[in-house]
Amino acid sequence: MTAKISNFHTALLQDVSTRVLPAAFALVFGVFVVWGVGFAQSAEIHNAAHDGRHAFALPCH
Amino acid sequence: MFRRIVMTALAAGVLAGIFGWGLQMVTTTPLIAAAEIYENGGGGDAASHPHENAAAETDGHAHDEGAWMPGGGMERHAFTLLTSILMGTGFGFVLTGVFALRGRDVGLNEGVLWGLGGFAALYLAPALGLPPELPGMMAADLDGRQIWWVFTVAGSAVGLALIVFSPNPLWKLAGILLAVIPHIVGAPHPAMVDLADMAGGVPAELAARFAVTSLVTVGLFWVVLGALAGYFYDRFSDA
Repeated sequence: MTAKISNFHTALLQDVSTRVLPAAFALVFGVFVVWGVGFAQSAEIHNAAHDGRHAFALPCH
Repeated sequence: MFRRIVMTALAAGVLAGIFGWGLQMVTTTPLIAAAEIYENGGGGDAASHPHENAAAETDGHAHDEGAWMPGGGMERHAFTLLTSILMGTGFGFVLTGVFALRGRDVGLNEGVLWGLGGFAALYLAPALGLPPELPGMMAADLDGRQIWWVFTVAGSAVGLALIVFSPNPLWKLAGILLAVIPHIVGAPHPAMVDLADMAGGVPAELAARFAVTSLVTVGLFWVVLGALAGYFYDRFSDA
């Protein structure tokens, strides 16, 4: 029984480290990039990304 | 898995970004340039940047007049290319992250479905409340619109996932509610009284053309991004 539980925990931990963590990283990084390009209100970034923001129908000025 | 995600997101994002840029150059960008002539009160140079006319700003989000901006023509289009590639890569990472969470192979065909899902959650749902805007169109305060956009996209994405993947009807119902609630709350819009006062300078015909052009352009972008991400995710399965 204890062995089973520990096997289960090991599998769970392995799943978290090999699948969930990389997935979480990808989600956070992707959102960060999209936010920077599409939402950051810095005038310079806005001016550079202007036409793309309009094309993607993101709220822009 | 880490390598697989990064390689998939980069390959699909960069290629879809270049494709999306090519489309924009012949679809939305010419309409944006046309709208800027009206935004600048006529006689404006379409190649120059839109925010030179401070009087056209209606949302209190003042643009720094002295801020750097890309020069006209090729330089401006080069930055649009960079924008499109980064947008594709950002969306690519999100999509691939969701593939990894789902924990199954995807492939090109199923990738198209994922792309359509992304298009529905990240474009169609927020566009229902905040339709694609041309420069010079009247809109409510930027912060409010950005916040509504984020909540609508989050609700639509999680809602759509619950509707499609949950076996439990109650969770499916919760998914529908999550997707619908932002629209019941409603997107921020300028009051009709203000609208009459401000009378935007962009012709309705141009705005209508832009809305549908943007819809088709971004739809094709998402289909290509989803297909490529699905394809590369399987291709890099041992990475």
